[in-house]
Amino acid sequence: MTQVISQVSPQKPWRPKLKNLLPEVLGALFTAVSTLLIVAVTPLKGKLGFAIVLIIMSIVVSSLVSGIRRDKKAALNSTTTVLFYIASAFVIIPLFSILYEIFRLGIGGLSFGIFTKDMSLTSSDSPLTEGGLLHALIGTLYVVVLASILSTPVGILASLYIVEVKGRFAGLVRFFIQAMSGIPSIVAGLFIYAIWMINMGNSYNAVAGAGALAILMIPTVARTSEEVLKLIPPDLREAGLALGATQWRTVAMIIIPAAKSGLVTAVILGIARVAGETAPLLLTIGGADAINLNPFSGNSSAMPYYVWKNYSLGNPESISRAWLGVLVLMIVVFIFFSLARFFGRSKGVKK
Amino acid sequence: VSTSAVPSKTPPVARVITTKPRFSDKVFRAVVTAGGLSSLVILAVIAFFLVYNGFGVFKSEGLSFFTGFEWVDAQPDVGTAASYGIGAMLYGTLLTGFLAVLFGVPIAVGAALFLSYYAPEWLKKPMVIVVDVMAAIPSIVYGLWGYFVFMPHAEYWAKLIHKYLGFIPFFDMPANAFSRSPFIAGLVLAIMIIPIVTSVSREVFAQTPLDRIQAAYALGATKWSMIKAVVFPYGAGGAVYTVLNLVYDIRIEVLLSAGGNVASMIVNKFGEADAPELKALMAAGFVLFLVTLIVNFIANIIINRTARKG
Repeated sequence: MTQVISQVSPQKPWRPKLKNLLPEVLGALFTAVSTLLIVAVTPLKGKLGFAIVLIIMSIVVSSLVSGIRRDKKAALNSTTTVLFYIASAFVIIPLFSILYEIFRLGIGGLSFGIFTKDMSLTSSDSPLTEGGLLHALIGTLYVVVLASILSTPVGILASLYIVEVKGRFAGLVRFFIQAMSGIPSIVAGLFIYAIWMINMGNSYNAVAGAGALAILMIPTVARTSEEVLKLIPPDLREAGLALGATQWRTVAMIIIPAAKSGLVTAVILGIARVAGETAPLLLTIGGADAINLNPFSGNSSAMPYYVWKNYSLGNPESISRAWLGVLVLMIVVFIFFSLARFFGRSKGVKK
Repeated sequence: VSTSAVPSKTPPVARVITTKPRFSDKVFRAVVTAGGLSSLVILAVIAFFLVYNGFGVFKSEGLSFFTGFEWVDAQPDVGTAASYGIGAMLYGTLLTGFLAVLFGVPIAVGAALFLSYYAPEWLKKPMVIVVDVMAAIPSIVYGLWGYFVFMPHAEYWAKLIHKYLGFIPFFDMPANAFSRSPFIAGLVLAIMIIPIVTSVSREVFAQTPLDRIQAAYALGATKWSMIKAVVFPYGAGGAVYTVLNLVYDIRIEVLLSAGGNVASMIVNKFGEADAPELKALMAAGFVLFLVTLIVNFIANIIINRTARKG
């Protein structure tokens, strides 16, 4: 006898029925109507007034609905749910506002010319079609590349010490790396100024700026590489050692190649972290309006410096230039950020 | 391994197995250890050079460097001596940080909980990317936005609040207290730390053991009771740590929207500072550095305490 298997449509008894949804729908309707009424009647006006009333009403109504239907605990649960929804809205809104304003205020000055000219022959109040920010882009390139060269070996060695060597001071090193990530950027600039200018008698240049940025970059590189190295399966390490390799060979020929994309991500995240730093550069690179191709001598500029300078000049044209600079800076940072995500994803290594 | 395959007259010499590191390993470990300890050296060198350059000021000003509210250069033609005190600025720094925590952390933690336990899948992924993107925005962008976009809005709100809620003492402050004040700086700093705190809190919450969460649900807990009973005790340490770590790294954005903190003072005075004032700025930088280290140390203790509890 063969059994006839009847076609059973999947049952979902947990799916809310229309009857159960009714109070929620009514509650939402009531919230909307009462908000409109309150805005119409009271002096609270505008988008903001509307938003505030809506927030308060939705909290009150949703907790009342579940309070009546169930109990106090359910009411509290609804209240917190609404609060968390609102909190995440508050997280998102500034981002859209920031991006919108940058594009609105910065896009006007964007042209091909700004990438080919510097500000040496242009006064601050001339229109945006004159002059450009090539000098700042070159300065940022120098500063960021030099900072990466200085900080990458230190950051990766520190993470190797914590994860691979697991030395006596591993806990201490991790604590100090974390402490370093808390160094205020202005202090990094001040320190470089103290050691490089005051005590060694040098003058402003791009290398000094790179030194200050390297201090800020080391902790980011070290912490991210530490995470990456921790994700390397211990089997690989043991396999290397079992083949008779020394620890040095294991790390250099197995661990580092396996973690390569993650380590690249670490460096790029470090770059994204420092590319927009302003305060340390104000104290170290000196600022310039002309292209300076020598990072080892002479004042130099950088994108954040360019933004800062134009902001402080204060006339309408320079404010527009500041926004333009911010737009370009954001594009640069996002390119690095997308690169980091791309490299990070290709091997499934999370940030 | 069969021994009968190749008969040999002399048995192979037993290999000496040793745990003594080879020469290459010794070099490797020395280099890596040096790299690891360099973070320590860098911190020490920073402290040394700031103190070395600012020592004179600590000596001449004494305790009044921390408590004094005056920052005036020496004026030889009038005959007044210099007086450097960062009391007001230190107060501004602490107040700004406090306000940023007060406004930023509840929102960030709320958003992290939303992302971890409330958000539907289709919303979760894009929101995580958005939060990560926000964390990568340079601080000067926040600063410019805070000054040109946020501040006018905040002034408008302040006037509105003052007009309608002025009868509540807390809101009864003059409207001009809202422009270029620690209050605005705190709010902008809050907006800046929110994405970072959100993403770290989310990672911390994600480590909550799933069986405990399911146990709470099985006992009939609502989402909120579950969070209160399971997620918070488990993840509090990590969140506290990030917050404290971030807040005292007060960057340029605060400078744009407000004066009155140590970092902005250093940048403002730096341009036209003479040698003695520069020394005072170094001393101020050292104090800022010290505050960060102390905050870090406390945060580390807190995280160790709570981590054991979880």
